[in-house]
Amino acid sequence: MEKEIKIRIRDLHKSFGKKNVLNGVNLDLYKGESLVVIGGSGTGKSVLIKCIQGLLTPDSGSIEIDDIEIVNENPDVIDRMHSKMGMLFQGGALFDSLTVWENVAFDLIQNRGFNKKEAKIVAVKVLRQVGLTEDIADLYPSELSGGMQKRVGLARAVITRPEIIFFDEPTTGLDPIMADVINDLIIESAKDLGATTLTITHDMASARKIADKIAMLYQGKIIWYGTVKDLDKTTNPYVRQFINGSSKGPIKVEK
Amino acid sequence: MIIRLGEAFLRTLGKPLVKFLYSLGDLTAFVVKAIYHCFVPPFYFKLFFKQVLDIGFYSLPVVGLTTLFAGMVIALQTYSGFSGFKAESVIASVVLISVTRELAPVLSALMVAGRIGAAMAAEIGTMRVTEQIDALVTLSTNPFKYLVAPRLWAGLLVLPLLVLVGDIIGIFGGYVVGVYKLGFNPANYITATFQDLQYIGIISGLVKAAVFGFIISMMGCYHGYKSKGGAQGVGNATTNAVVSSSILILIFNYLITEMFFSR
Ligand SMILES: Nc1ncnc2c1ncn2[C@@H]1O[C@H](COP(=O)(O)OP(=O)(O)OP(=O)(O)O)[C@@H](O)[C@H]1O
Ligand SMILES: [Mg+2]
Repeated sequence: MEKEIKIRIRDLHKSFGKKNVLNGVNLDLYKGESLVVIGGSGTGKSVLIKCIQGLLTPDSGSIEIDDIEIVNENPDVIDRMHSKMGMLFQGGALFDSLTVWENVAFDLIQNRGFNKKEAKIVAVKVLRQVGLTEDIADLYPSELSGGMQKRVGLARAVITRPEIIFFDEPTTGLDPIMADVINDLIIESAKDLGATTLTITHDMASARKIADKIAMLYQGKIIWYGTVKDLDKTTNPYVRQFINGSSKGPIKVEK
Repeated sequence: MIIRLGEAFLRTLGKPLVKFLYSLGDLTAFVVKAIYHCFVPPFYFKLFFKQVLDIGFYSLPVVGLTTLFAGMVIALQTYSGFSGFKAESVIASVVLISVTRELAPVLSALMVAGRIGAAMAAEIGTMRVTEQIDALVTLSTNPFKYLVAPRLWAGLLVLPLLVLVGDIIGIFGGYVVGVYKLGFNPANYITATFQDLQYIGIISGLVKAAVFGFIISMMGCYHGYKSKGGAQGVGNATTNAVVSSSILILIFNYLITEMFFSR
């Protein structure tokens, strides 16, 4: 049975000045699946997500979401896409002029016609799901620890129950137990909401736990793609080096 | 030899020139987009009123002090310039004209540029480098409508009000010096002021204020929006916003004066 493709990326190129970051990325994201993208620091994982979100314009190539092309499309098309996507930014990207619950409920209030009271109730509920208590709802993001900010960002990404969710390094900066709570939450979003998720991580434990498929990005291309089982069997030297976390191997770290 | 020199000259000139033309195009595109979004819903009234408070209300002390002393110093200078000539009417009308036409709009705008233009660039710049603007987009909210439009409207509408207050305080400053320092008759001074009151002077001052307010908000938003490279980038954006809006204020001050008063 052929599975439905939610996001289809073909021959995607993106460079900044002389620096080629994405150099022909091909990638399929199947509906309801959890895809984890791994790869070294600075290989363009965040850039890839930003291209899919329409935040960066690729130099060439194609990105289709639900069979609709979004590269160089007009803002209306991209805006409609955003209403079915949620995103956790690597740095949190919480609005520091708004309180925690206002951040979490932003989309509900601005675009979905919730009044403040209803929105706050929903926001607090989602905050509990990511392991935060009600009493931080009225604080400002700057008053929270880094890990707490990450969880607020997560709450903001999932509150509208989007069809597609992007997680940019969701467990970085969290203690191992909280990281696992977040892993469970990502799995839950994918399985319960039927959401399609794309997660970027360096945390191999997390990757193994949440991934249906894993893709490795290296030098602007997807050099490996497969399931977690395949990952342990692969003889691809780049992947082996990455999952073993060794400085010796074909991947050269620019010093 | 000469050709080679010319080539070298063109090459050194070329890069900054291209860069300049590029940023001019960039700015134009930004301005057009910003103005377009000022007229297209959704409108964020709450954010607009917050800006009104920030730009207007909290700038009152600065604008009040600036225009007060400006009016005072003009009264004193005019008096000493006319070497003690005791004419209420002359001093009152010089104060009136210089305050309403030039000093209140220009000085207030420069003060507000330092206060508000810098703050806008810093706030929006921080939102840019911490990806908050990207986050807005992913939450289906247009940053031009959410961030830029309320600031532009507030700048455009609030500065004339501020300047009107500045006009009154500046004229009052002249009155204080005239009456308490130079010993003029209060009633005569006031009559002289009202006799010379011309709408064209006050209106030109308010038009200036509206344009200056727009410039301040536009420069604050533009430089903030385009800032990159962390804290240092935001710092540069702040400086650029203040410097460019100050220069533009002085240029447009001349142009608007020319428009109103040269025939
Ligand atoms: N807006 C930009 N302007 C210029 N260069 C950029 C921009 N965004 C990213 N880059 C460059 O693109 C490259 C990839 O950046 P990206 O943020 O995607 O890395 P990453 O794979 O997410 O790394 P990390 O795991 O450290 O987050 C980097 O070399 C970066 O310098
Ligand atoms: Mg990244």
